[in-house]
Amino acid sequence: MPLTDAAPIVTRRIGNARSWTLSSYLDHGGYQGLRKALTMAPADITAEVLTSNLLGRGGAGFEAGKKWSMLAKPRPAYVVINGDESEPATFKDHMLLENDPHQIIEGTVICALAVGAAQAFIFVRGEFALGIERMTAALNEAYAHGAVGRNIFGSDFSIDLVIHPGAGAYICGEETALIESLEGKRGFPRIKPPFFPAAIGLYGAPTIVNNVETVSNLPWIVENGGAAFAALGIGRSTGTRIFSLSGHVNRPGNYEVEMSKVSFRDLIEDPRLGGGIRNGNKLKAFIPGGASAPWFGPDQVDLALDQDAVGKAGSMLGSGSIVVMDETTCMVRAAWRITRFFHRESCGQCTPCREGSGWLDKIMRRIEEGAGRESDLDLLFDVCDNIAPGLSWPPRQTTICVLGPSIPSSITSGVRMFRDEFLTHVKEGACPYG
Amino acid sequence: MARLNADNEKRARDLIALYPESRSSLIPMLHVAQEQDGWLMPDAIAHVAELLDLTAAEVYGTASFYDMFFTHPVGRHLVSVCTNIACLLNGGFELLEHAEKSLGVSGGGTTHDGEFTLEEVECIALCGEAPCLAVNWRFFGSVTPERFDTLMADLRSGALADEVPPHGTLCRVRRSVGLPAAATPESVTGPEVPSAPGGGRPQSPGTT
Repeated sequence: MPLTDAAPIVTRRIGNARSWTLSSYLDHGGYQGLRKALTMAPADITAEVLTSNLLGRGGAGFEAGKKWSMLAKPRPAYVVINGDESEPATFKDHMLLENDPHQIIEGTVICALAVGAAQAFIFVRGEFALGIERMTAALNEAYAHGAVGRNIFGSDFSIDLVIHPGAGAYICGEETALIESLEGKRGFPRIKPPFFPAAIGLYGAPTIVNNVETVSNLPWIVENGGAAFAALGIGRSTGTRIFSLSGHVNRPGNYEVEMSKVSFRDLIEDPRLGGGIRNGNKLKAFIPGGASAPWFGPDQVDLALDQDAVGKAGSMLGSGSIVVMDETTCMVRAAWRITRFFHRESCGQCTPCREGSGWLDKIMRRIEEGAGRESDLDLLFDVCDNIAPGLSWPPRQTTICVLGPSIPSSITSGVRMFRDEFLTHVKEGACPYG
Repeated sequence: MARLNADNEKRARDLIALYPESRSSLIPMLHVAQEQDGWLMPDAIAHVAELLDLTAAEVYGTASFYDMFFTHPVGRHLVSVCTNIACLLNGGFELLEHAEKSLGVSGGGTTHDGEFTLEEVECIALCGEAPCLAVNWRFFGSVTPERFDTLMADLRSGALADEVPPHGTLCRVRRSVGLPAAATPESVTGPEVPSAPGGGRPQSPGTT
């Protein structure tokens, strides 16, 4: 399919000289969305976001406006922005935090204004030292400019923002674990129900948790209207979205493209985007939406980057990260490395995840190292089935959060798509790729 | 040094004031402690516990959940090499192997001179420039074995001291503004914020 010439939204200032400073931000239309939002009734801001059908950009893809509408009535309420980007091969929020912090601050204040929050917290992954520095410097500037704090831009609206550093734990990207962490505790996810943040969130109060990229869209949506955003994309997948492309492509990187109008093939091959697979190699498989997502083979490469289309095909667009693996890739090794990641990052609350991830890591490792048995393939599926019964998609779960059912994705994909390769490891007692 | 010094105790108290509930400042405060000593010393943990009216065990229990906090000494430079999927596909494991040989340590070990601690790390979100690594959480992409050795030499000589502060220093920018924790917008107090330059007062947003 041909690429559209839709202009980027959230990355449009990236590349400007010192794009992270207030003066650069103001030179390129910064804080105009917030100024407009301050002239609107909060319900009208939410209405525009509902019209835009902005889907959450963190991974779950829930409608942002609908989430806001579900915020329970008791006050105070809080806004928490999720900048704990840790899904393997996802690196878009990292870029936004470092290069356009004011856009995040503006979006956060618009969100807080719309839902009537008492305070807002921007939770930044602890490892993003430069991102934390730039967000903190931007917050200082935004206060001095009157865009945050008391009587914002002379209005009656006041809000304080806190840049909150994390400390290294993948699970804190899960919204209820993030809230626990923000309360100064271990990052243990809370069970839903009853702990849906919109009902019982931070300090037990109603809380909106939105992703960094999600709120980065808000200034544009308020300025241009929800309908202009909804005019981009197809069906439920509206607007533009950043896709993080990595692996065996010539031009890995973040690309913001119109939703649904671009296929995986375009993203991988177009000279303006991925620029093709390295060394002219053939595509073996790709991961369409982060390490938690089931893999696709070359037969799925013409699918559109569309949330519902990818869901129907048996995987997810998830965090918007696409990992390309060429014909030289050992699929056992790739699947094992992802499995080990989940083992390391399991928080340990639920037995199927805590114990299962360790078993799976051990079995995958011995297959990769040539010490596996043929029965191990059934054993892998048996253990996976204890974590996500039925091994269907979307997965069922036996755990508090979705980290558990994310573990089987790479294993079941690997074994189903490349069974021969697994068997070769077992029979020859070594990895054929060295 | 072990307890927070006077300046850092002030920073800790300022952190407490930012949040509606004091315990929320625990993790930021532990970063301050780790910046002071390079790792979390027992007396610093006890001091943080005192400031938050927690037990040292509660503080330790939280700290030990998080990969960035060390309850044992580490080198001046924490070198974190990524081997997760995007780096694996682009030579991450080979880079880690090179790093182990070059520094003579592995698995979280520290060089004899206390200069480097080497660890294998999960995805650090620089996958467009795989293989990548971080030193004290300052990022370096497209790292070849040759570039790795140059980088270590530059770190050792101090040539990169501006870019890479000592281990534990997360954020060199201090928050200079703000309101104390506000339970409701009505209770917001604090310094008057200058109104926007060159513009009239926008209309009230209505109910807030």
